Amino acid sequence: MEPAERLDKNHELAVKDYPYIIRWRDDRCKRCGKCTAVCPMFSIEPSVIVQRELHSEGPTPEPKTVRRVTTIIKQTTEISKYCTGCGTCTLVCPNEAIEPEYNPQHKFNFHKNKGGHPYRRGGRRNDPTPSTLDTLRFSRISMLTDPALDAGRHEFRIRTYLGRILPAEELPVKVVKGKLEVDKKSGKFIPPVREIYPVMIGSMSIGALSPNMWEGLAMGVTYLNEVEGMPVVMCSGEGGMPQRLLKSRFMKYFIPQIASGYFGWDEIVRTIPHMVEDPCAIEIKYGQGAKPGDGGLLMAHKVLKLISEIRGVPMGVDLPSPPTHQTKYSIEEAVAKMIQSMSMAWGFRVPVYPKISGSHTAKAVLNNLVRNPYAAALSIDGDDGGTGAAYNVSMDSMGHPIASNIRECYLDLVAQGKQNELPLIAAGGVGKKGNLAANAASLFMLGASCVSIGKYIMQAAAQCFGDEYNRCNVCNLGKCPRGITTQDPKLYRRLDPDMVAERVVEVFKSLDVELKKIFAPMGRSTELPIGMSDGISSVNPAVSERLKINFTC
Amino acid sequence: MKEGHDGSGMGLILKGLGGEFEELKEYPVLSGICSKDGLKTLDDYMNKLGFQLKYTWTPKTKPVKGIESRDYYFARVYDYPDVYKDRPVEDQEALLLNTRLALRRLGESDESIIVFTFYPDILALKEVGDPMQLGEFFGLDKSSLKAKIILAQGRQNTNYAINLYACHPFFIQGYSTMTNGENTAFIPIREFLSGRGFPGYIGYNSDSEVFCHILHHVCKQLGYPLHYYKDIVTPLKAEEIDARPDSEAVRFLKMSLRPLCIDGPNCVIGFTPDGTCFMLQDAKKLRPGVVGGVKGKYGLMSEECGLDSAVSKRDRSTDVFPMKYDMVIVKPEAEEVTVWNQLSG
Repeated sequence: MEPAERLDKNHELAVKDYPYIIRWRDDRCKRCGKCTAVCPMFSIEPSVIVQRELHSEGPTPEPKTVRRVTTIIKQTTEISKYCTGCGTCTLVCPNEAIEPEYNPQHKFNFHKNKGGHPYRRGGRRNDPTPSTLDTLRFSRISMLTDPALDAGRHEFRIRTYLGRILPAEELPVKVVKGKLEVDKKSGKFIPPVREIYPVMIGSMSIGALSPNMWEGLAMGVTYLNEVEGMPVVMCSGEGGMPQRLLKSRFMKYFIPQIASGYFGWDEIVRTIPHMVEDPCAIEIKYGQGAKPGDGGLLMAHKVLKLISEIRGVPMGVDLPSPPTHQTKYSIEEAVAKMIQSMSMAWGFRVPVYPKISGSHTAKAVLNNLVRNPYAAALSIDGDDGGTGAAYNVSMDSMGHPIASNIRECYLDLVAQGKQNELPLIAAGGVGKKGNLAANAASLFMLGASCVSIGKYIMQAAAQCFGDEYNRCNVCNLGKCPRGITTQDPKLYRRLDPDMVAERVVEVFKSLDVELKKIFAPMGRSTELPIGMSDGISSVNPAVSERLKINFTC
Repeated sequence: MKEGHDGSGMGLILKGLGGEFEELKEYPVLSGICSKDGLKTLDDYMNKLGFQLKYTWTPKTKPVKGIESRDYYFARVYDYPDVYKDRPVEDQEALLLNTRLALRRLGESDESIIVFTFYPDILALKEVGDPMQLGEFFGLDKSSLKAKIILAQGRQNTNYAINLYACHPFFIQGYSTMTNGENTAFIPIREFLSGRGFPGYIGYNSDSEVFCHILHHVCKQLGYPLHYYKDIVTPLKAEEIDARPDSEAVRFLKMSLRPLCIDGPNCVIGFTPDGTCFMLQDAKKLRPGVVGGVKGKYGLMSEECGLDSAVSKRDRSTDVFPMKYDMVIVKPEAEEVTVWNQLSG
């Protein structure tokens, strides 16, 4: 006879199948309820159980069994409410009574596709191993032949150029009375070039980010420029920018991005006549390292009033950006046209560059851009890059690491003698393990003129919980427990924009010191050591061979 | 260490030759070292090209302990092949350069031919060893060799493998430099120069050879006045450039020639085809360098003791110790010394 309650529990998952298991301590919990209130996934809930307890009262042991109803914190095994391991419960618990613990034996990926919908999430590739960048060492230390510089005393110029640089042979200069003069009558087009700090904040949109997070980043960047004299710039991501910022004098610190959905660009284009400053540059997004060949998606529940105004769309609708620009049918013509159109919009005064995913095909793109006099740079985003929303399979299994991609592109430019003409911007996992300065310096020495960071600044400036063990990573759901990637005011009010801005400033100031600490012993202070490949080495012979750098052991 | 040198080698490049070369100034001089077999290869090659040997100078070497003599040190004066005699100077210079590079390649694998320079009114002599002993070995104290400009370095390259092609001073098409220091930006500079498509930008057995090629690139290839060499190897900061009268052009140079910033502690001494000599310092960690002398005879030295020995009777109060923004320029025939300041242009 079939029992009333099935004992086998087939077709149900056990807590052990989940990536994070809640460790809750009955003896410490005072049942305040804070943890269940803050859990963004509703993975834990108060529950009641009947407990059998032994009691003994009186001077001699007289144990008695009593049954007592008590409240507990229970982890649900419903897959839509899986524990993401974010640890917000731990953060708010007054008694250290609860914490999620990573379960390396989990079988989550076998089950997270209910209704035939593949697992989608935000965050980064779940690969906790160190990236190639983290294994590189700076091994060319100047000593007696060239006494090391003093990082604290010498003057350093940690700057780079963003924009197409004319080769000296093509400069419209002439010698007049022993001095060089720019020949104004030459009619030669001189592409716009910006001098910027060589680490920029990469493209994260208002929409993907909460208003408080985006505002915090923008304020931090502005403070760095206006007060600290550090020309740090920031890319808007797709989806426009607030009108107030577009019309402000601070626009020169920002790089509006245009992507395949063209969201926000009606508003930007209409504002051009009212702009008092040109933007730093324009980024055309063709690809993203975290999800190569895939488009963007801002889910309907993140499209609230502010976002609908900035993007020029109705509230509460999904905003998909296609995987490719619908106008793009060939790199030779359409990409060139798009670069020229964007340049023309600002009277050829603003550098315009494309961003692509790291790929074996990057060299083909590069070679096309080399021949396009209006292409200002090439930004390559490696597979350790982050995203607000993507399919898990794209994030975990697709893409190309940035180190060898940037190196082969740089060496390709060297072979053509054009390494100083088209700057390469490297992104994707810079500072993955927290080693921002070392990763950035390695990329410069491999050939990047500039690096771009995203996840690092979210973690450093706003304490993002995400990591490579799939912790949190629910940026796509609008449930960010830190208030970073949500449009829900109840969540983003947790984030103080001033504190984000303060952390942005602290991060860049300390980065500057660390970069000096790397460059000084290597004897570099006047120019960024772009392509100084004899400065770095690898303990892995295969890596050193691939990157054409020294092998050390 | 010994006074003024560390005993690792000697290199000489002479310009404004006198003595037996006085009457041969218009003819190119091939300077180098050969083995017996190499000499035959060299002769065959030069004959094939149509160069006609006009005069040969060889040092009267004498055995000196510690100096390993090679077979044949020479400076040979040739006349141009007939078809080149009336060709423009640029064509003749290209021929000389290509011939030198071809000879270098012919003898590189077995070191049977080592050629330093092939250019009119230029003579080069280089060898590994103690400079004083080398002077004795080559009989320089008794030599009839005379020159108005002498670049001399009493030290071999020590940053990379010992190789005669790594020995200062370096020379290309009338431009020559020698350096005291280390070039930390060597690899990016080498890669940039190698990509200019100019056949002479090869070698780089020493990180300092690029200083000479940068000079050639800036002054000959790009046609900029000499002082822009300073602007390119030690670029100013953006706000410093703003104060220059030629700021617009300097800003472009800084960007377009960014990979040529030497970014190391270096004192560069050199000359240009018209006989102008110069000295400049890197923008940091100054290496020793002093310029002093009397009208018609100036010394540009990395040590004061060298200057005392070369031009002892001079007004020492007029000695110039160039600082980071300075480029000391000694005009042809040592007529005048000027200090060009980078800040004021």
